[in-house]
Amino acid sequence: MNVTRRQFFRVCAAGLGGSSIAMMGFSPTAALAEVRTFKLARATETRNTCPYCSVSCGLLIYSTGDKSKNSQAEIIHIEGDPDNPVNRGSLCPKGAGLRDMVQSPNRLKWPEVREAGSTEWKKISWNEAIDRITKHMKADRDANFMTQNKDGVTVNRWPTTGFLASSAACNEAGYLSVKVLRSLGMTTLDTQARI
Amino acid sequence: MTNHWVDIKNADLVLVMGGNPAEAHPVGFKWVIEAKKNRKAKLVVVDPRFNRTASVADFYAPLRSGSDIAFLGGVINYLLSNDKIHHDYVKAYTNAGFLIDDGFKFEDGIFSGYNEEKRSYDRSTWKYQLDKDGFAKVDDTWQDPRCVYQLMKAHYARYTPDMVAKVCGTPKDAFLKVCEYIAETAAPNKTMTNLYALGWTEHSVGSQNIRCMAIIQLLLGNMGMAGGGINALRGHANVQGITDFCLYAQNLPGYLSAPTDADVNRQAYLDKRTPKPLRPGQMNFPQNFPKWHTSLMKAWYGDAANKDNDFAYEYLPKLGGASDVLATFEAMYHGKMNGFFCQGFNPLGSVANKRKVSDGLSRLKYLVVIDPLATDTSEFWKPHGEFNEVDPAKIQTEVFRLPSTLFAEQTGSFTNSGRVIQWHWKAADGPGEAKDDTEIMAALFLKLKEMYAKDGGAFPEPLQKLTWAYRQPAKPAPEELLMEINGKALADVTDPKDPTKVLAKAGDQLGTFAHLRDDGTTSCGNWIYCGSWSQAGNNTAKRDPADPSGLGQTPNWGYAWPVNRRILYNRASCDLSGKPWDPKRTVLKWTGEKWGGNDVPDMRPDAKPEENVMPFIMNPEGVGRLFSRELMADGPMPEHYEPFETPLDANPMHPKNPKATSNPAARVYKGDMEAFGKAKDFPYVATTYRLTEHFHYWTKHSKLNAIVQPEQFVEIGEELAKEKGIAAGDRVKVRSNRGFIKAVAVVTKRIKAFDVDGKKVHTVGIPIHYGFKGVTKPGFITNTLTPAVGDANTQTPEYKAFLVNIEKA
Amino acid sequence: MALQSLDIKQRSATTTPTPQARQTVEIAKLIDVSSCIGCKACTVACMEWNDIREEVGTCSGVYDNPVNLSENAWTTMRFSEVEQNGKLEWLIRKDGCMHCSDPGCLKSCPAPGAIVQYANGIVDFHQENCIGCGYCVTGCPFNVPRISKTDSKAYKCTFCSDRIAVNQAPACAKACPTGAIQFGSKADMKDYAAKRIADLNERGFDKAGLYDPEGVGGTHVMYVLHHADKPSLYAGLPENPGISPLVSLWKGAAKPLATAALGLVALGSLFHYVMKGPNEVSKETEKEVEEEDKA
Repeated sequence: MNVTRRQFFRVCAAGLGGSSIAMMGFSPTAALAEVRTFKLARATETRNTCPYCSVSCGLLIYSTGDKSKNSQAEIIHIEGDPDNPVNRGSLCPKGAGLRDMVQSPNRLKWPEVREAGSTEWKKISWNEAIDRITKHMKADRDANFMTQNKDGVTVNRWPTTGFLASSAACNEAGYLSVKVLRSLGMTTLDTQARI
Repeated sequence: MTNHWVDIKNADLVLVMGGNPAEAHPVGFKWVIEAKKNRKAKLVVVDPRFNRTASVADFYAPLRSGSDIAFLGGVINYLLSNDKIHHDYVKAYTNAGFLIDDGFKFEDGIFSGYNEEKRSYDRSTWKYQLDKDGFAKVDDTWQDPRCVYQLMKAHYARYTPDMVAKVCGTPKDAFLKVCEYIAETAAPNKTMTNLYALGWTEHSVGSQNIRCMAIIQLLLGNMGMAGGGINALRGHANVQGITDFCLYAQNLPGYLSAPTDADVNRQAYLDKRTPKPLRPGQMNFPQNFPKWHTSLMKAWYGDAANKDNDFAYEYLPKLGGASDVLATFEAMYHGKMNGFFCQGFNPLGSVANKRKVSDGLSRLKYLVVIDPLATDTSEFWKPHGEFNEVDPAKIQTEVFRLPSTLFAEQTGSFTNSGRVIQWHWKAADGPGEAKDDTEIMAALFLKLKEMYAKDGGAFPEPLQKLTWAYRQPAKPAPEELLMEINGKALADVTDPKDPTKVLAKAGDQLGTFAHLRDDGTTSCGNWIYCGSWSQAGNNTAKRDPADPSGLGQTPNWGYAWPVNRRILYNRASCDLSGKPWDPKRTVLKWTGEKWGGNDVPDMRPDAKPEENVMPFIMNPEGVGRLFSRELMADGPMPEHYEPFETPLDANPMHPKNPKATSNPAARVYKGDMEAFGKAKDFPYVATTYRLTEHFHYWTKHSKLNAIVQPEQFVEIGEELAKEKGIAAGDRVKVRSNRGFIKAVAVVTKRIKAFDVDGKKVHTVGIPIHYGFKGVTKPGFITNTLTPAVGDANTQTPEYKAFLVNIEKA
Repeated sequence: MALQSLDIKQRSATTTPTPQARQTVEIAKLIDVSSCIGCKACTVACMEWNDIREEVGTCSGVYDNPVNLSENAWTTMRFSEVEQNGKLEWLIRKDGCMHCSDPGCLKSCPAPGAIVQYANGIVDFHQENCIGCGYCVTGCPFNVPRISKTDSKAYKCTFCSDRIAVNQAPACAKACPTGAIQFGSKADMKDYAAKRIADLNERGFDKAGLYDPEGVGGTHVMYVLHHADKPSLYAGLPENPGISPLVSLWKGAAKPLATAALGLVALGSLFHYVMKGPNEVSKETEKEVEEEDKA
């Protein structure tokens, strides 16, 4: 063993610091070992699906409260659903980090508008947002709706406003979107499926 | 996926090419590891980079990005010239013996019918020879020089191992080793699965990359088998579902091709889409198209779609031309669009050539971003230092940003890559005033409907007549919507063979698309989802993980489309007599009376083997296609073409024909053609990709993911780094002909220079994921660099192979 | 027999014997490096479960983020590109506490009850009792514990003792997509490892083996390595880890000697501890040792 004199004293002194405290009956605590309490004990568990890739892993989302009227659920933890036949409880680094996506500081909380030429966002109400957007839509649709093409074939399309649809939306939302958009005559329609 | 995630565990060989599942789909990749652990399966990876999938592979072969068809054509040649094919399967279940029109030719890289000016083919010679009854002529001996087998053999004879090495830069011995692995699965009881993703689709020859694998899997007899198939690993959680609902211009929900200007009336529209069988006795399932389409119109327009008004055919907009994202941004760039919606989509990050996208958005009157997150797109007008240099004063676009909820705050269903639809439940409210996408769509629709009712305007009928029988019109419930999608009987549906027998009572939810009718007595929002919410209730919410067959089929977990079938083309897992090729992995078998086994048969359940109803029921010929007739824009057999930005002077397969350098049928807009860079200025092949730690442009907003991969980087090999004096950790500038990005250099042994046609070719690897909004370190948008040219069939942009230069920043 | 029993086997700087009557199962995590894809699900799951967040760092030219263990990063992946016989391998090792049977950290710790070893094999730090002296860092043969810059307490992997206590697998093991991290009794983990090693042998890795080093009495986090003959290939995994000679010395001959001779030092330390808190103790001790040294 290669120990210098200086090292020898350092070892003795440091170890002694603690040992001697105990020897004198002045322990900082009773030195009981206790693990952190299991934090999910009475959390509410909800079954969900990871929104990232198409493996669609099953999730258990844990939130505070018991859905009683006066407590607002806060998501405190997300882990894999062991029953799901594909992920069997496991998750990748994206899925394992979902809590920070749900609680990202960059989540949008209210409608906003950036006026033409402006340098900033302005918070607006949902009513104002829907009013202003639908006015744009109607004005554009009425001005550019094509009833017939140059050959006289009825085409009933609105080509000048487009829509890129979410590939992260539920089937039900996707269905409602396509139903509404086609009823408006929209043909400039695409989704993330392509890229 | 023709198969599904868990089924990967049944494979003997997993070939990963055109994908990187360990990084992009780590949990799905679990089943590759399970196959290795429990079946002694081998994993072979072919990729330009030694990636994290390769790190656990049994064998890795490098290939130059953009040369996949040369490699796979070489595999086809190997299988044919060494006779490593599953003969009985190929004979019975493919079009190998079908005779092709005498006019079909392939000369110096170009198929017959090419029109150079239009950059497209007249495909009229790419077809079968037909007999007097309209059926394809077949030579079962494969001796006729015009049969598919002979044409294919001649076509791929050019793809020798030496040619593969020359084009791909893959060492010849490595290529042959991969061929040996693949060829072993020609045995009837051996299967290979192929896992691919955007590494194949994001090329100007993307669809043909996949066609190559379809040919290989048919030759090996691996389609329909447990542990086989062609498995597209899709991107977003519900990209499969959103594709099934066809939120894109060309199709209506359920892949029903949308009407175009050429479809002047309903009858003409239906006739064109209702094929006649090309062989006697085949199911030719698309013959049911009128039932699917009529039921959709009933779901959308109810009583307003009836026999007297051609089932409201005129309410459907006719497609005037291309309207994929590239076409859309082309139109926007030229000021032809006024409004644009981005729902959960960040095109500034996702679409090729950021400058063009940004200029396009600047020319709109209004942009509406519906998203849970503050996306880069929503702030395209806002200066973010060198990462987004713009002048807001010059941008007159009015931009709205609407907060939507995330998965955890919604109830509804997602469809995974294996076509399994799974229901999920809401756990908490969204933050602030965030609303569900359905509520936002309802709010827009109801307001417009009110405005049109009050003030009139262009063609208001479809809006006014659209069915909207939701209990809370402003808040359609996901349960109501899935029931509508599934469809119901509007009158009693009876058995065509026995009209006294009622299959579904009026008002009932339908149990199967076999009960759909074309006379207006059924409604269905998406025929392939019919059965998902039957009279038994919500089948997508089933949660029984039992796996009685041990194959991982879990038939009572969620609901797989179509009709809860887990493996497509499963009839092909048996020989002609109905015996499984591999009894240890029985998917289906003929019981003597009907088809039974461990899956829902992809076959008429009582079709006796001797009736010779072939397994590929969606094809009018009933068999798998080695020769794809006129169905692809760029040729009935895949051919290697160089990427639009190639490091080479010519296509080594057609050095003397400049027309055949790059895909002759790919659409290229003026302006985009000029924006292509040349190898003398941009000598290195760039390829973009995902990292394990991030998902697309979302997780840059999640701190946990920012921690594990905090900053944009590019990867280069040690040799190039040395040449350029770049050390790991240096900041570098990467330029293409469209712009530049700066990032940190990762210098690695995992990327090696290729020897291609005597020329040294370096690869620069560029992850996506970063941008100017997020909790990661601010970065440049990778798609600043990429070219706006797409695959000839799908218009998926060529993100995987383009040219750049690199220098120390 | 339950896996979760958290009966105490030993405590740092405590001479009172612990109850020994109950026999509980020894647990272990097995990290099969040959199935690991370096995805970092474990790293993220660890931070998520334990409510810690490392700072968002920078890319230093490699994939290793977090770049090192810290009080907020109790595990991290270490990537090594190794070329042998013309074949490239990307060896990826999950680094973190090995939960030694003979824990150098516990042996060297002077603060009573700051480090405990449970009967199931988990070595856990109790920050309430930690005086921040940093001796656990010196005592650890794997360079694992880290002293927090904000609260001067030592932190490391807890083996998710809060999950184990209710019979749940550690967060990292549960998350692992490829099953490269397995959790169970140590005996079962060794059996599982034997199967993996046989598979690796068949695939041409003749030297595949289990890493369960004897120098620390075996560990409760074990590795299956393709090259068990060369652990150092895996980002410097020690070939023959053992407890530092300094710690052995202190625990052996030096302790009674020092107890007698250096009472004053101890008293000084105590006063500093009471008056100024833990950090001062080690600094003061250091200073006095140095003075002693000069003398």
